[in-house]
Amino acid sequence: MPQTPRLKDDTQIALGMAAPALIGLFLFVLLPFALAVVLSFTNLRLGSPLPTQFLGLEQYRRIWLDPSFRHALLNNSLFAIVVVPVQTALALGLALLLNRPLRGMALFRTLFFMPVVFPMALVAVIWTIIYAPGANGMMNAFLGFVSFGGWTAKDFLNDPVWALPAIMLLSMWQGVGFQMVIILAGLQAIPTSLYEAAAIDGSNQWNQFRYITLPQLRNTLIFVMLVTTILCFRLFDQVQIMTQGGPNDATTTVMYEAVKASFEQQKMAKGAAMTVVFFLVVLAITVLQRVLVKEEKAIE
Amino acid sequence: MQDSNIQLNRTDHSQSEPVIIRQRRKWLGAIASYLLLTVLALLFVAPIVFMIIGSLKPDSLVLTEAGTFKAFLPGQISFQNYRDVFERVDFARFFFNSLFITSMIVLAGLLVNSLAGYAFARLRWRGRSGVLLLVIALMIIPFEAIAVPLFFQVTLLGWRNTYIAQILPFVANAFSIYLFYTFFIDLPKELEEAARVDGASTLRTFFEIIVPVAKPVFATVAILTFLTQWGSFLWPLMVTLDEQVRPLPVAISSFQTLPPIQWGDIMSFGVMMVAPILIVFLLFQKWFVEGVASTGTKG
Repeated sequence: MPQTPRLKDDTQIALGMAAPALIGLFLFVLLPFALAVVLSFTNLRLGSPLPTQFLGLEQYRRIWLDPSFRHALLNNSLFAIVVVPVQTALALGLALLLNRPLRGMALFRTLFFMPVVFPMALVAVIWTIIYAPGANGMMNAFLGFVSFGGWTAKDFLNDPVWALPAIMLLSMWQGVGFQMVIILAGLQAIPTSLYEAAAIDGSNQWNQFRYITLPQLRNTLIFVMLVTTILCFRLFDQVQIMTQGGPNDATTTVMYEAVKASFEQQKMAKGAAMTVVFFLVVLAITVLQRVLVKEEKAIE
Repeated sequence: MQDSNIQLNRTDHSQSEPVIIRQRRKWLGAIASYLLLTVLALLFVAPIVFMIIGSLKPDSLVLTEAGTFKAFLPGQISFQNYRDVFERVDFARFFFNSLFITSMIVLAGLLVNSLAGYAFARLRWRGRSGVLLLVIALMIIPFEAIAVPLFFQVTLLGWRNTYIAQILPFVANAFSIYLFYTFFIDLPKELEEAARVDGASTLRTFFEIIVPVAKPVFATVAILTFLTQWGSFLWPLMVTLDEQVRPLPVAISSFQTLPPIQWGDIMSFGVMMVAPILIVFLLFQKWFVEGVASTGTKG
């Protein structure tokens, strides 16, 4: 399209337009990111009289030997291993139900999506009340009701076994609507002609799901699983509000440890090293998603 | 027809079934769907209803009725808890802080990121594709990965306990730029051509021709930014030191442990904190849902 003379070069005006955003990204994303890497190789402590030194990989060695940080990595992984498949399956199930041509589906969609607009801090506060200990607590009473009284009341958030699953449940409650909406959009993008052709061939519903819906949804599902996995590793708000990482590190997470180190103990370098580990995990998950999506494109 | 997959062909008969049976089956299917959806929906809204009803009850009743079905029934309605919240803490201040910080981020973000998205999508300049790649790469970095060093930066700048520390770092956003970019790049070229022939400046073309047709993407970015920032917790927890600049999420977490602990008050606080977004959500539902769905197709 070289016929329009104005297209030759907009460098000046373009840089002018992009500058505010680019400067912002540089100062508040790129710079702190580089700073995280640099700080993680030092011994910087806020307010410490000792001079800052270059320590190489010392901080990484320290956090690796820190039992709380190991617990944190384990908890985040456990969280992801349970939440990602369960939440995705639930979201897929809801989306399939809502995708049927029945009246009133918009209302149900609204109800399932509603928790998404709730700030996580509020969700954590409300569920803390729901998890109140004793038989009078709502969750205990509910479980007692559905088990016909076979449930012994728990103090969920102070129980090393139950604290993490308790946080998982409310996180799924808040997050599933988000996934559901994305999957629903994916379902609606599948050409109906595929199903019509399958119906003519006498294919049953299960086979249609197995051989049309799932393959067509593949990239959408990979995407929502990626986002959820990363969310699982970002876990912080719920832990800070509900358990402070306890009891006995049963619910501590990488971000909780990073904030504790840098914010409460002023150990910037240690916090930075944890942050870098966190980023590497996120990067690995993202690369994995790209590979999975590419692979599928190559097959097609 | 009935060859190898005998165990799979339970519904295969549907083609040959009489119409009445097929319709009855459809009916049963619909009823089953509704039943399942209703049970799930009740479980889903239970915490929300519990919060709203609890906020209207005397405090002692919230405690004693939490384990019974009365938790979801109002009984006698009182607004005492709401009055208590205003008496015990400066709720209006927290609300203003949240509203101010969030709107500043949304408004400044819309301006700055749409301009950048436009420059990437529609203007020719040297280094464009390289810088665009870098911006896309930045989308991978979650805020949590830079929170610690950013906290260090803000401390050095003396910005702790200010609005600026809660606003400025979040204005420029790589994902918003990307959303604008993908929207602008699909617009027909003819849109700007006429304006350019008339000699209108690039900026004027942008504000007068492009912005009016780009409402959907502005709405999407505004909603996604608002949702994230209204609920933001980690960052204000780190940078705010007192109630002057503290937003709602941090405020409710400290209100939760403020003695005497009263569930009814906490729930009133929660209702007032979420009501504005809930109302906006119910009014502009379509935009919310489309905005969220677009993250899936664009990401």
